[in-house]
Amino acid sequence: MSKLIETIDLVTNFYTHEGVVKALDKVSLCVDHGCTFGLVGESGCGKSVTVRSMMRIIQEPGKIDGGQVLFYPGNNGSDAPIDLLQQSEATMQALRGDKISMIFQEPNAALNPIMSIGEQVAESFLFHRKKEMCQQILMDMDASISKANPLKIILNALYRLAATRPEALILRLFSKTPLLKSWENRLHKEAMRRAVEMIAKLSIPHAQDIARRYPHNLSGGMKQRIVIAIALACNPLLLIADEATSNLDVTIQAQILDLLKDLKQKVISSVLLITHDLGIVAETCDRVGVMYAGNLCEVADVKDLFNEPRHPYTRALLNAVPRFAHEGELESIEGNVPNLVNPPSGCRFHPRCRDAKSICKKAFPESTIVGNNHQVACFLYTEKSRE
Amino acid sequence: MQKIIELKNLKKHYPVLGGVFRRQVDAVKALDGIDLDIYRGECLGLVGESGCGKTTTGKAIVRLHKPTDGKIVYYPSEGDTSSGTDIARIPLKSLKQLGIRSKLQMVFQDPTTSLNPRMLIKNIIAEPLKAQRLFRGRALEDRVMELLNLVGLTKDHYLRYPHEFSGGQRQRIAVARAIATNPDFLILDEPTSALDVSVQAQILNLLHGLQLKLNLTYLFVTHHLLVVKYISHRLAVMYLGKIVEIAKTGDIFSHPHHPYTHALLSGIPVPDVEHKQQRIVLKGDVPSPLNPPPACRFHTRCPFVMDRCKTHEPILEDIGNGHRVACHRQTEVEKLVRDRFGKRTSGNKA
Amino acid sequence: MNKKQHPRIRELKFTLSRIFRNPSAIIGFSLLFVFVTVAVLAPYIAPPKYAHNPYLMPHKGYSQTPKPPSSDNIFGTTSGQYDIFYGAVWGTRTAFKIGMFVIGVALIIGVCLGIISGYYGGIVDEIIMRVVDIIFAVPLLVLTMAIVVAFGRGLDKVMIALALVKWRDYVRVMRSSILTLRELDYVQAARVMGVSNFTIMRKHILPNGIYPVLVMASMDIGSMVIVAAFMSFIGLGAPKGYADWGQMVALARNYIVGPVDDPLKYWHAIAIPGACIVLFVLAWNLIGDALRDAFDPKQRRR
Repeated sequence: MSKLIETIDLVTNFYTHEGVVKALDKVSLCVDHGCTFGLVGESGCGKSVTVRSMMRIIQEPGKIDGGQVLFYPGNNGSDAPIDLLQQSEATMQALRGDKISMIFQEPNAALNPIMSIGEQVAESFLFHRKKEMCQQILMDMDASISKANPLKIILNALYRLAATRPEALILRLFSKTPLLKSWENRLHKEAMRRAVEMIAKLSIPHAQDIARRYPHNLSGGMKQRIVIAIALACNPLLLIADEATSNLDVTIQAQILDLLKDLKQKVISSVLLITHDLGIVAETCDRVGVMYAGNLCEVADVKDLFNEPRHPYTRALLNAVPRFAHEGELESIEGNVPNLVNPPSGCRFHPRCRDAKSICKKAFPESTIVGNNHQVACFLYTEKSRE
Repeated sequence: MQKIIELKNLKKHYPVLGGVFRRQVDAVKALDGIDLDIYRGECLGLVGESGCGKTTTGKAIVRLHKPTDGKIVYYPSEGDTSSGTDIARIPLKSLKQLGIRSKLQMVFQDPTTSLNPRMLIKNIIAEPLKAQRLFRGRALEDRVMELLNLVGLTKDHYLRYPHEFSGGQRQRIAVARAIATNPDFLILDEPTSALDVSVQAQILNLLHGLQLKLNLTYLFVTHHLLVVKYISHRLAVMYLGKIVEIAKTGDIFSHPHHPYTHALLSGIPVPDVEHKQQRIVLKGDVPSPLNPPPACRFHTRCPFVMDRCKTHEPILEDIGNGHRVACHRQTEVEKLVRDRFGKRTSGNKA
Repeated sequence: MNKKQHPRIRELKFTLSRIFRNPSAIIGFSLLFVFVTVAVLAPYIAPPKYAHNPYLMPHKGYSQTPKPPSSDNIFGTTSGQYDIFYGAVWGTRTAFKIGMFVIGVALIIGVCLGIISGYYGGIVDEIIMRVVDIIFAVPLLVLTMAIVVAFGRGLDKVMIALALVKWRDYVRVMRSSILTLRELDYVQAARVMGVSNFTIMRKHILPNGIYPVLVMASMDIGSMVIVAAFMSFIGLGAPKGYADWGQMVALARNYIVGPVDDPLKYWHAIAIPGACIVLFVLAWNLIGDALRDAFDPKQRRR
């Protein structure tokens, strides 16, 4: 499997009045083509910050202070990667929604309440697929047998121009003037047609009808499905889901997870799933990364992580989760998540770790490989590998 | 077992006003006839999805909502324990005078908003004691210290503001406040949903310990089935304002009889890689409580619906061992599920 | 009880640091500090001539022409030979009196009614809101003028008239604050604990809901001074010779523009009392601005 996106030593800090919050401390992870990667951790561990740094949507007072985010759009891994942190904002805008898409926790906040559903899904197409849609329209126009009249000829010319240079000045001028902007009608119709097709692909019945409705007419689960439709409209290579099902009821969450599984086979290549729910991870992910206080503690294939957790935090976390067949008391982790303005020295988990040694306070453990593709950042394992 | 709370045909309808003269045109039927017996010393879990009415039930018992109809009978622990008082619609002043107010308390979901950010911890915990005029002066301080120790906090925490604590600690303070007046009965409204997993375990252990130490009865309202499995003795499943199944927790997980219960159980994401079973995915969305479906409310989404379900409402029937179900096909549900969705493994391990 | 003060002192320090992060806050509070000092030390800075009423400005003579600043009169004199310096100093006290009294009374009435209206809802809310609607229909200045005309001129009548109407703004703002607070968990928790309604309003709702009102009130203090100044200017406020900035501007009414060859000859008569008003209002506006930024709920406090 070849790499799709990887971060190398990513460092992100938030410069607040209370001090510098060291949110990410050299996070390195890698997502392959066709893989569902789960990023787990509790609140404040930095999982959201990680993906937002990857997408370059961190805002003031946050700043990405170091590292690289390498994106390999080609399928064979031999093409040179592009460092997303070095790209211009314009390049990033072209990438977002087209090659990498993201969906968030709150579907209400993601949908514009005064635009119809169809319009919002069509927006994706209008932004990223203008040229193709124009070419499609031109082909339809050439194929149609109706008489050529001056209007059609002008329209044809305009679309020909749009198919090659959509940012041309004359097209933009036309789009702003009241009557002339109707040249885009066919474009909008085509975008809407594709939008309805996309909505139907997500197993939403009466797609045509839904496209005409507004977000407040839909339930939470439906809204989240529409958000997914918008995100997947342009067949991105990577879908990032930031706690996308946390706000939904169990039965609706089940629907959404099923949907994602289904789509993974048809539409998306890879998924980066952020969640705090280990159950979702066990069910949907191929590979898992566990984060704590801005560090990636452990990365492994999902079976290895659940059957043989190595990092003390992962072990403690798995013991603290209530399961189906549970006996006795739940094990809790003593202490609290640290304040990242003044994180603990050395390994950030050492104040709460049962197996902490003196070296854990002084130095930060580098990631070591244990077993099959299984990385751990813990001194318990670095010494063993040295032996 | 002695009863502590009995709900009889409890209803809570929110009127929807419309028209020029703002007359009642419709009603949101949040609770539509709940019958529930809660026994002393037990932890009864109340589960369901959003909009099913579980939070409304809890709030109705402590009279944050005034029920539209039905009875809430409270049986005291001393004196004449067989006759209870119907507290559904008595004036709030009487509730306080009869001393019942101090016996029924509540822990809220979000510890950030359930504590007044401008009050010191000691005043927050002392508030119910002052309101019920139970302690003063030095005795008050001692009692507050005692409560802090009971929930695992120390006297360093006595003079601080809520924002100086973590989520888990704030929830402990909320629990200390709730047990201050020596209640018999606590409504726990999603007490761990806003907390991290590691802290959730701390709070659940604390609640479990307190139940044994202080002989409390809990009504644990949540949508998180695995949490409620850990802590409750009995479980009641709600859907759209009605109870559809109630039984001992183990029975619900190993032998569910209602299709909705099956769907809920199968929907839980299990943190176990070996656990593979086909999920029962319900089609459609939860209907609006403004217009719940007639007869059996679940019939619009039920995979085993038949004609009788659309015309006759099923009532809660006892099928033995304290297990009650409201479903016309309850005897065949297990077989139907196995045929359609494969063998169920939920809860059969142990 | 040293320990008891500590967390409250820490809170206070934190709040102050947030307020003073803003440069406009520093300017505003500095200006206010100057005014407060002048007001407090007025008897020493400008010893009163008439012991029975220090607010009467001293005047040597009756000449109508203002005299420019000189060694006798630091800021010069205005029409009628009233000493501008004296007027500016004691006018500070008047300005504070007006602002504090009007806004104080308006706050008490407005906040109480707002809390009751917001907390109880229902018919009580409806009645209070309709009364407020009626009062809103009355223009502030017109009502004030009507009252003054009916009961005679005088600064105290102006203050009462303003206080009678000004509370209407605070009711609405307080009520909308309450509507959100009422549903918060800690208020519900207090109800479950059996805390009386009055105590809930006092301990939970008031301290948390009063911020928007405080911001409004601090800016209004300035605007009340302007309204009173206007009333004095048109002759319905303070009597002639009273130490009030508006009154002093009124006195110089005929001397805003001097003789043709020297139009700015009598600048001191208008500019100095005018500057006092402007700076006073500016101080309160800046303070209000800074308070609003400090209490903005969107900026996370912790």
